[in-house]
Amino acid sequence: MSRAETTDGTDVTAGTGTVEVVGVRKPSPLWTLGLLRNELVTTLRRWRTIALLGVLAAVPVLVGIAVKIETSDGASAGGGGGPAFIAQITNNGLFLVFTALAATLPFFLPMAIGVIAGDAIAGEANAGTLRYLLVAPAGRTRLLLTKYATTLAFCVIATLVVAVSALIVGALLFPLGELTTISGTRISFGEGLGRAFLIALAVAASLIGIAALGLFVSTLTNSGIAAMATTVGLLITIQILDQIPQLHSLQPYFFSHYWLSFADLMRDPVYWDDLYRNLGLQGLYAAVFGTAAWARFTTKDITA
Amino acid sequence: MAEPSTAEPDTVIATRALTKRYRGGQLAVDGLDLSVPAGSVFGFLGPNGSGKTTTIRMLMGLIEPTSGAARVLGQPMPRATRTVLPHVGALIEGPALYGFLSGRDNLLRYDSADPTADPRTRRTRVAAALDRVGLTAAAGKKAKAYSLGMKQRLGLAAALLQPRRLLVLDEPTNGLDPQGMREIRSLVRELASEGTTVFLSSHLLDEIEQVCTHVAVMAQGRLITQGPVAELAAGARGRLVVTTPDPGDAARVLKEQGVSDVVVTEDRVTGEPPERDLAEVNAALVTAGVRVRGFGLERASLEDAFVALTGEGFDVAG
Ligand SMILES: Nc1ncnc2c1ncn2[C@@H]1O[C@H](COP(=O)(O)OP(=O)(O)OP(=O)(O)O)[C@@H](O)[C@H]1O
Ligand SMILES: [Mg+2]
Repeated sequence: MSRAETTDGTDVTAGTGTVEVVGVRKPSPLWTLGLLRNELVTTLRRWRTIALLGVLAAVPVLVGIAVKIETSDGASAGGGGGPAFIAQITNNGLFLVFTALAATLPFFLPMAIGVIAGDAIAGEANAGTLRYLLVAPAGRTRLLLTKYATTLAFCVIATLVVAVSALIVGALLFPLGELTTISGTRISFGEGLGRAFLIALAVAASLIGIAALGLFVSTLTNSGIAAMATTVGLLITIQILDQIPQLHSLQPYFFSHYWLSFADLMRDPVYWDDLYRNLGLQGLYAAVFGTAAWARFTTKDITA
Repeated sequence: MAEPSTAEPDTVIATRALTKRYRGGQLAVDGLDLSVPAGSVFGFLGPNGSGKTTTIRMLMGLIEPTSGAARVLGQPMPRATRTVLPHVGALIEGPALYGFLSGRDNLLRYDSADPTADPRTRRTRVAAALDRVGLTAAAGKKAKAYSLGMKQRLGLAAALLQPRRLLVLDEPTNGLDPQGMREIRSLVRELASEGTTVFLSSHLLDEIEQVCTHVAVMAQGRLITQGPVAELAAGARGRLVVTTPDPGDAARVLKEQGVSDVVVTEDRVTGEPPERDLAEVNAALVTAGVRVRGFGLERASLEDAFVALTGEGFDVAG
C-alpha cells in the first residue's frame, strides 16, 4: 500500500470540484521525525523496557560481587572457566566491562532486543493501535523505519547500560589502572577506557541482525507474544546450531557466528578481520530481513 | 479504469464495484457502488457481518480491495493515503489505546504519527480535542483505567485532532450511556454544520434516523439501497389504520375496497392501502354503517424500511 504513496503537498481537491480545502497545511519535512521521538520516549517509558534494562544492569553487579567473594581469600577468579577476561577483574575493575559484555552478549542482550523488535509491529496490531497509527497516517514505510531505528537505539542503550553498570561496579569493588592486552602489551587506563567504548559499540552492532530478524517476524503475526517468543526461539536455535560441527559450512552465515570477535579489540595491534566480517554479516541480515519486513508490511491487510 | 468521482464533482466517497474477499475465502463486500455527497451525514446501515467495517477498512487504505476502486476526497485509495488521510478522522471498530499511557499521551502519540501535524501546536491541539469530548478532567489518567465510554470518547478525540473534511465513525455510540449517545449526536450535528462530511456506520436505526441526511443499507456484503433518508422511509408505504367499535364489519368492507393484508387487533383494523383515493374508502365504511373513531395512514419508520429491505430474520449470514 505504500508502493505508490504519493508525496505530501499534492492538492487533495484535484477532481473533486466543489469540496473546499479546510486549513491548508504546509508540513515541514522535519515534522516527520516527531513519530521517532515519540516512539523512543514511549518505548523507554514502558514498564517492560525498564525491567529489561534493570536485568541487564544487574548482571555486572552479580558478576562483580561473585568475583569479589570468590577472591576474598586471595584465590584467583575463574579458575580457567567462566566468561572471557574474568581472571583479570581482581587486578583491574575495567575488565568487568569486558566480562559483563561477554556474559550478556550470547543471551541476555539479544533476548532483550528480540522482545523489543518482536513486539514492534505485532504488539501494535495486537492492541489495535496499528490501525489508528496507519490512518493518522503514519505511513507504512515510515512506521517500519521508525520501529527499526528505535530498536537499534535500544541496542545501543542496552549495551551501554551493561557497560556503564560494569564500569561503576568495577570501580567500586576493584582497583583501576594500567591494563594488559591479550597480546601481552601494557596500555594506559585512558586507552583501556577507549577500547571499552569501542567494544561496547562492536557489541551493539552485533545486535543489528537479530533486530532486523525480530522486526520481520513481527510483521508476520498479530500477536506480540508469539513474535517475541519466535525471535527468542530463533536466537536459541541458532546458538545451538552454531555448536554442531557437522554444520561447519553454514555457520559463517549465522548471525551470532562472529559475535565474540569484539575480544579482538583487546589485542595489540587490533585484529580487525573478524570484526569486519561481523559487521558485514549484520549488514547483510539488516538488508535481507529489513527488505522482507518492508515487503510484507507494506502489502499486508491490517484487519486487527 | 473506474474513476467514479470525476463524474460527480461533490462526492466525498465514491466506490465502483468495490469487492473484498478475505484470505479465508469469505466474500465480505460484493460489488459496492457507494456515493457519499459532500456535506452529508451519511448513515451506513446493515446487520452484523454485512461488510460495513470491511468497507471502511478499504476506504482507509488498511486493506486492499480484491477488485473495484475506491476514491476518498477525490483521490484513489489505498494509493493516496498520505495525502488524503490527514483530512480524515476515523474511529474504526472501537477505540484502541495504549493502556500504559495517559489519555493525553495517547493523543500526543497519534498526533505525532501524522507527518502533517505541526509539533509546535501539538499540545494545544490535544487539549482542544480532549475538551471537545469532555475528557479534560481525566486527561492525566492512564488509559487502561478508563471506562468503555471514556475510551470511546478518547478515540473520538483522536479523530478530531485536526479540522477534518471527512469523519468516518464505525459504530461510535457503542458502549456509551444515553447521555453519551446524545452528546455524540449533537457533536455529529455540530461537525456537519461546520461542513465536515460524516460517514457513520451503525445498526441502531433511530440513531441514523435522528442525525443522518443520507443512508445506505448493506446486507450480506451487497448494497441494497442508498439515498436521502426521507426518500428511503417514503419508499416503504405506510399502513392504513382504522379505529372502530365494529372491527368485524370494518375488516369486511375494507377488503371489498381493495385493502390487502387486513389485520384486526381489538378495535384497530390495519391493512395495506389500495391505489384508489382513501376518501372513498372512508365513505364506503360510513355508508356500510361502520362507526369510525379514527382513520388514517401510519407513516413508515426507517425501521420498517430496513426490515423490508434486509428481511426480518435476526440471523447473521454466514
Ligand atoms: N479479518 C477477517 N478475515 C476473514 N473474514 C473476515 C475478517 N473480518 C471480517 N470478516 C468477515 O467478513 C464479513 C463482514 O464483516 P464486517 O466486519 O465487515 O461486518 P460488519 O458489517 O462490520 O459487522 P458488525 O455490525 O458486526 O460490525 C463477515 O462475514 C466476517 O465474518
Ligand atoms: Mg463492524
